[in-house]
Amino acid sequence: MKWIPCIVLLLAGGGLFAQQPTADYILQKIDDNQNADSRIISSRMIIHGRRGSRTIESKSWIEGDEKSFTEYLAPAREKGTKMLKLGDDLWTYSPSTDRIIRISGHMLRQSVMGSDLSYEDMMEDHSLVEMYKATIIGSERIDDRDCWIIELTAKNEEVAYYARKIWVDRERYNILREDRFGKSGRLLKTTTVSDVRMQDGRWVAGRIVFKDVLKNGEGTEFLVDSVEFNRDIPAYLFSKAALKK
Amino acid sequence: MIALKLAYRNLKGAGLRTWLNVIVLSFAYVIIIFNQGFLDGWSRQAREDMIDWEIGGGVYWNAAYDPYDIFTIQDGHGLPPSALQGLIEDNLAEPVLVAQAAIYPEGRVQSILLNGIDPGQTILKLPTAPLAADIDEIPVLIGTRMAKRTGLQEGDFVTVRWRDVNDTFDATEAKVVKIMKTNDANVDIGQLWVPMNRLQTMMSARGEATTIILSPEITDPPAAVGWEFKDYNFLLKEVRALIKTKSIGGSTMFILLLFLAGLAIFDSQMLAVFKRRKEIGTLIALGMTRTRVVRIFTVEGAMHGILAALVAAVYGIPLLGMLAKSGWAMPEVADTMGIVIAEKIFPLFSIGLIAGTTAVVMITVTIVSYIPARKIAQLNPTEAIKGKIS
Repeated sequence: MKWIPCIVLLLAGGGLFAQQPTADYILQKIDDNQNADSRIISSRMIIHGRRGSRTIESKSWIEGDEKSFTEYLAPAREKGTKMLKLGDDLWTYSPSTDRIIRISGHMLRQSVMGSDLSYEDMMEDHSLVEMYKATIIGSERIDDRDCWIIELTAKNEEVAYYARKIWVDRERYNILREDRFGKSGRLLKTTTVSDVRMQDGRWVAGRIVFKDVLKNGEGTEFLVDSVEFNRDIPAYLFSKAALKK
Repeated sequence: MIALKLAYRNLKGAGLRTWLNVIVLSFAYVIIIFNQGFLDGWSRQAREDMIDWEIGGGVYWNAAYDPYDIFTIQDGHGLPPSALQGLIEDNLAEPVLVAQAAIYPEGRVQSILLNGIDPGQTILKLPTAPLAADIDEIPVLIGTRMAKRTGLQEGDFVTVRWRDVNDTFDATEAKVVKIMKTNDANVDIGQLWVPMNRLQTMMSARGEATTIILSPEITDPPAAVGWEFKDYNFLLKEVRALIKTKSIGGSTMFILLLFLAGLAIFDSQMLAVFKRRKEIGTLIALGMTRTRVVRIFTVEGAMHGILAALVAAVYGIPLLGMLAKSGWAMPEVADTMGIVIAEKIFPLFSIGLIAGTTAVVMITVTIVSYIPARKIAQLNPTEAIKGKIS
């Protein structure tokens, strides 16, 4: 008769699993939702500064998680500026100087066009499952959406943020809020997502607000105007030669 | 001797014209000596300041580190070599760990370099003792330029964010425990000095250093595997190059002055040869060789240089002496330019400088005096006595 409670537990466990998958499963679903062979994104970045706000329009071509090419379209001062990322390397091209500059070391920590995003933040591309151990620590409602709160702790030491806390939509498996912490546990950056919409079978964030909490200000808004998934992108775009074209 | 006497008499006779030439030439003397003395003084002070505040008796760089290449700072560190362990223990070598970071004074982000150093170090003049403060925040030493740029004062707190050797971000509060005044902008602008052990912990780089500064007492630096020793010739190259550039710029001024004085003397000589052709004809007719007459005129011109040296000495010695004693105050903007420069530069007037300047002026004056005097060699004495120049 000892096996009866075991069956009950198994059934209960199965029932629990149906309601609450494991944290790793959730991370995998997040990665699956985010990753695509290729993406073409048109977006606007609104940088809120002390002297007002600036809107920067750009178009990005992204292939996998290693290659991306971004061209800034507006305002006139930034128009023609391009950025190329190949693996861990990043180059920018400015038409005013007609020079290609490799962004590395110290410069990677600098903000992109005065925003709350550093070049390093823009380069981060590894999947969450690969980098973090995940634990579900609770649940909360954000913008009328039920979310799991998941705590992420780095699996190894070579990650930019040692710990993160993410709020994941239980139904759509997309992140609605994220806090990034330093090794000492200090909160460094926050991200808030809204205007989530379905496109090509994926949930896409329409508005993301990045905030460097160490810095004064209202943060940087990132508005996604359109996303196209799995389109063919010409290979020449991911070369330094394309920066000057 | 007769040439000198004649030359002096003729110069005296020329009156105001002579004194005008002499005064302009004396300006050239004083300005050349001041300019060069100022640069020599700056060079000496810059060298002393760099030795005292930055480079000691030379610096070992980790083989992967190059301060002129920001890409190397992240990886250019390691455990000090065994060859230097003895010197480090005897306080004759000081390890410094360098890390890139950002601070947030008043909520604005600013890139800086964190320099970890032992608070008890004695090789550099950096007032590092307050870094030994036992506080939760990171004790920080900054320079006055950095304090001005960030608006930080002693006792202020500022958030520091950095990435450790594994590229992991972290942030914490730092407290400014001391603001130092230094002439060496290299240890001030964009630099935060923190206790070595704290930075090593923050960076997860236990026992590691980026550079090792040697005491000036060590005259024979040992070889260290994986580390490159940089001597004064290398480390002072930049400041020397800067001073050389300034020297070239300053030369333009005194070349112009010397040219003007030379032109005036040349003019005077031409006029003298023309006005005194009867005298020249008479001297040659009386048996004086043309060469001797040319010599008299050349000496006469060259005596401008001697008189100018005497006049320059009359006002130059007290003036330059006063400057050498009280120094030349540099404008405040020089402080923010990121160069090694003191608030006051004390010019250095060496015997070599004065002798060299005198020689240059004398040679120039002699040459410009000789050129018009050559015309005498072509004079026909009979025609000259008649007042004609053939």
